[in-house]
Amino acid sequence: MNLTLPALGPALPEIVILVGALALLFLGAWRGEAARPVVDFGAILLLVLAGAIVVLLPGGTLSTFGGSFLLDPFARFLKILALAGAAAALLMSFDFLRAEKLERYEFGILVLTATAGMLVMISSNDLITLYLGVELMSLSLYVMAAIQRDSVRSTEAGLKYFVLGALSSGMLLYGASLVYGFTGTVGFPGIAAAAKAGSLGLVFGLVFLFAGLAFKVSAVPFHMWTPDVYEGAPTPVTAFFAAAPKVAGIAIFVRVAIDAFPNIVPQWQQIVIFLAIASMVLGAFAAIGQRNIKRLMAYSSIGHVGYTLVGLAAGTPAGVAGVLVYMAIYVAMTLGTFACILAMRRNGEAIEEIDELAGLARTQPMVAFLLGALLFSLAGIPPLAGFFAKFYVFLAAIEARLYALAVIGVVASVVGAYYYLRIVKLMYMDEPKAAFEPMARPLGFVLGITGLFVLLFFVYPAPLVAAAQAAAQSLF
Amino acid sequence: MYQAIVFLPLLGCLIAGLFGRFVGARGAEIVTSALLLVSAALSWFAFVDVGFLGHEARVKLFTWIASGGLKVDWALRIDGLTAVMLVVVTTVSALVHVYSIGYMREDPHRPRFFSYLSLFTFAMLMLVSSDNLVQLFFGWEGVGLMSYLLIGFWYQKPEANAAAIKAFVVNRVGDFGFALGIFAVFALVGSVGFETIFAEAKSLTGKTIHILGGDFDALTVICLLLFLGAMGKSAQFLLHTWLPDAMEGPTPVSALIHAATMVTAGVFMVARLSPLFELAPTALAFVTFIGATTAFFAATVGLVQNDIKRIVAYSTCSQLGYMFVAMGVGAYSVGMFHLFTHAFFKALLFLGAGSVITALHHEQDIRRMGGLRPVLPITYAMMVIGTLSLTGFPLTAGFFSKDAIIEAAYAGHNAFAAYAFWLTLIAAGLTAFYSWRLVFVAFHGRSRADHHVLEHAHESPPVMTVPLGVLALGAIVAGFAAKGIFAGEGMEQFFRESIFSKDGHRIIEEMHHGPFWVTWAPTLMMVVGFAVAYWFYIHDPAIPRELARRNDILYRFLLNKWYFDEIYDFLLVRPVKWLGYTLWKRGDGWLIDGFGPDGVAARVLDVTKNVIRLQTGYLYHYAFVMLVGVAALVSWFLVRGGG
Repeated sequence: MNLTLPALGPALPEIVILVGALALLFLGAWRGEAARPVVDFGAILLLVLAGAIVVLLPGGTLSTFGGSFLLDPFARFLKILALAGAAAALLMSFDFLRAEKLERYEFGILVLTATAGMLVMISSNDLITLYLGVELMSLSLYVMAAIQRDSVRSTEAGLKYFVLGALSSGMLLYGASLVYGFTGTVGFPGIAAAAKAGSLGLVFGLVFLFAGLAFKVSAVPFHMWTPDVYEGAPTPVTAFFAAAPKVAGIAIFVRVAIDAFPNIVPQWQQIVIFLAIASMVLGAFAAIGQRNIKRLMAYSSIGHVGYTLVGLAAGTPAGVAGVLVYMAIYVAMTLGTFACILAMRRNGEAIEEIDELAGLARTQPMVAFLLGALLFSLAGIPPLAGFFAKFYVFLAAIEARLYALAVIGVVASVVGAYYYLRIVKLMYMDEPKAAFEPMARPLGFVLGITGLFVLLFFVYPAPLVAAAQAAAQSLF
Repeated sequence: MYQAIVFLPLLGCLIAGLFGRFVGARGAEIVTSALLLVSAALSWFAFVDVGFLGHEARVKLFTWIASGGLKVDWALRIDGLTAVMLVVVTTVSALVHVYSIGYMREDPHRPRFFSYLSLFTFAMLMLVSSDNLVQLFFGWEGVGLMSYLLIGFWYQKPEANAAAIKAFVVNRVGDFGFALGIFAVFALVGSVGFETIFAEAKSLTGKTIHILGGDFDALTVICLLLFLGAMGKSAQFLLHTWLPDAMEGPTPVSALIHAATMVTAGVFMVARLSPLFELAPTALAFVTFIGATTAFFAATVGLVQNDIKRIVAYSTCSQLGYMFVAMGVGAYSVGMFHLFTHAFFKALLFLGAGSVITALHHEQDIRRMGGLRPVLPITYAMMVIGTLSLTGFPLTAGFFSKDAIIEAAYAGHNAFAAYAFWLTLIAAGLTAFYSWRLVFVAFHGRSRADHHVLEHAHESPPVMTVPLGVLALGAIVAGFAAKGIFAGEGMEQFFRESIFSKDGHRIIEEMHHGPFWVTWAPTLMMVVGFAVAYWFYIHDPAIPRELARRNDILYRFLLNKWYFDEIYDFLLVRPVKWLGYTLWKRGDGWLIDGFGPDGVAARVLDVTKNVIRLQTGYLYHYAFVMLVGVAALVSWFLVRGGG
């Protein structure tokens, strides 16, 4: 057996994060809680370093591990996005966790391992690597959801997520084995070459594979865990859940669909259209009835995944570019909104009721203004960034002749606008409640950046759109 | 110069309206009044220049609309007819502006008031100087709008708002006809410019127009439609109901708009379009009929009214009827003559009434006045002069113009000329009665006013009495001075082309040769009216009450203005309100809102409730949903045969 070391360069970001995470874990095990500040700082530094490596690695498409690992412009775009989302979520978590007495050095390390899993997912080019990344990410997330061990809600959330996640992993694996059985290979290029026509067996595999992936991005009807976990997990964990893992999930969804099954587009298109419509509609309707803002954000994320899948359903380079732009804007909007949610504290207690935001415009006008901008953007009102995100995916759908899908999407976003605007109304028109505690500095930083991004995106959208188009083009 | 006359009021309006905050109330008053006085002075200059020196002019400002065959200019057409109107409008307006400084001195919204007054004047000048029907219509709607705004100036008063809306809505009826008339002219002539229309008018005789499945004489139809507009604007019989209610506005507004200027726009329009009306004898007969009916009807109602302003308002309505009678029998210049003199004495009466009203702290009911002569000596003198002139006391302005109309009606040739003669003659007696009744009840006898009010009553300041004096002068001399150019030999010299008569103004000649009794009958009626009023209200005040009791039905018929408001309310207002209410409640509220916005929103909430119920919190439910999802997708592909 000829053991030669494969080229490790393309996987350098993942290696750096994992090695760094192990080092920090040793440090934590050795020094106990005293190591926590170093671990926290080190974790953020590692994420930034990984992002720098992604940027600095040679351009073009790099491949290693016998073609099962791919670093192409598509992967670069999403990796930077996932790293940024993870870093921002981690940054926002410190103050909250300290206030809730949840500070543990493991938190930063779990973020690192989860992020490493996401990066592997984004770069995977065969089903084995895909599963490896998915499980690395998911196992980290299960633990994170239950990190507040003495809270019933948090442990319940972790347990539900774990059980349902195991079920979805089973479906994923079952689908993968069916695909392997009908094509004889696990590599995406090989599957693409073998799957010329959609045999029923292959389509079965496709359905199970997509069901597993849909669970990860919480697309309806595989979304049931989302509201409970979002509500039950500590808020910084929820913020993390809502941003980076979604990016990785959507990434692998797109890559599997476009790279592995380019020849049976009509088959997977039907599945994606179903998931998109169900997600958009349920996200819009169910959110209206929520009183807890974290549950509301859960349904909001379900809806947004639906809109993103509209771009994928188009199956065109423009559609995929729309997906990428949507993800970038979605991550910014979500992180900004969670910065505000994390800042909802009064007398040392976290507040999660939407009604408590009443009159925020008078107690904290700047926060209210930026949150208002983010909510308008989430609702997709021009000229804010969220409008352009929806615009690109709907445009792609219309160009692909998916008129009904685009119309349903627009109608759903009108319904969805209601619950976002209701919060704006609460903030600006209702009698103020007692003021929240002043916002922690990292939260203000994230809120400021994302708020300005959302407000000013329309001024100069070209860099993001151009990068997304280039990244999308590399898949075709 | 003509641009200055027309646009100075607009300038005043803009200054007072947009910069009222900076120039202050006092500034707004001074600026608008000064500009109007300049405009009035220029108008008199133009009057002499155009009328006596013959310098007619057409000043094109710029092209307004050029669309296909329709070409409309902004142009000022200055001829004898316009010159008369310019003088009337700017003079009365300037005096009303000055008077308002005193009358409105306690109102907090003076800049707005003066801005409106000036804008009204601008619109009225635009109307009288227009060179085409569209510009005329612009001015027409402009004065209508300003009338609406000024009647409702005290928008806190519900009656004022109701009156403003009524004036606007009733005028819409007339204006609709007017607009149709303009369309018909354009359809037949292909132009809206007066020059072209008048040149083409002759060729239209005998042509027919096809409407509502029948062919009718084109000119008759056009003239009747246009006259419908005049009926609305000039408050003629059937469309008169808004004018008495319009008295809810400030009194200077009543003097300017509802006595001297806007309500005469209809008369002016008929005179301006005399080349068309002359060729439509049927329409002219109709004009005569409506005018005579109005003159009589309004005078009868005026007999029993108790509100000082409403009496004057019905009088105005009646006098406008006189003017239309003159128009109807072809004596256009005589109608204009009455318009001219009427502007003076009616504005005088209104402003005098305003003086009384301010002195008595907004008391308008003459039954609660009485004995005011010693308290308000100047106002009393002015009211008497106005009354003398209105009732046609020899050698006053009204004497010349009103008698000329009655004589013209006698000499007229159309089917309703005799009808008009008798009705206007009777109305002259009624006019004398109700006018003197007003003076006697309000100024003579014992005081019936609250003595608190009376203690504070005082004569108005000079800023109000001086305009009264100027108008009184006009009310006395305007008739004698101007009878030559309106109803005598100077007429053709003065008006030249601006008034057309197909038989060379024969009527002007003929009316001077009526029998002796016709010449003096109006004066006799005036004396009779005066005598009866004196007998009823000075000599034996018990008689009118006894008379009203014995003829209760007639009295109430008159008091309720022939029940026109009630009839319209029953026939039109209530059905329309019902329809509107039904469309609102059933159509909009139930149908559109119910199945539209509200219904959809309610369904959204229903869906939301059901969706939320799915989220039970049980793990096995969640797993079950996932499996159902997979099963559904698999079944879908099974049924579709692998896609």
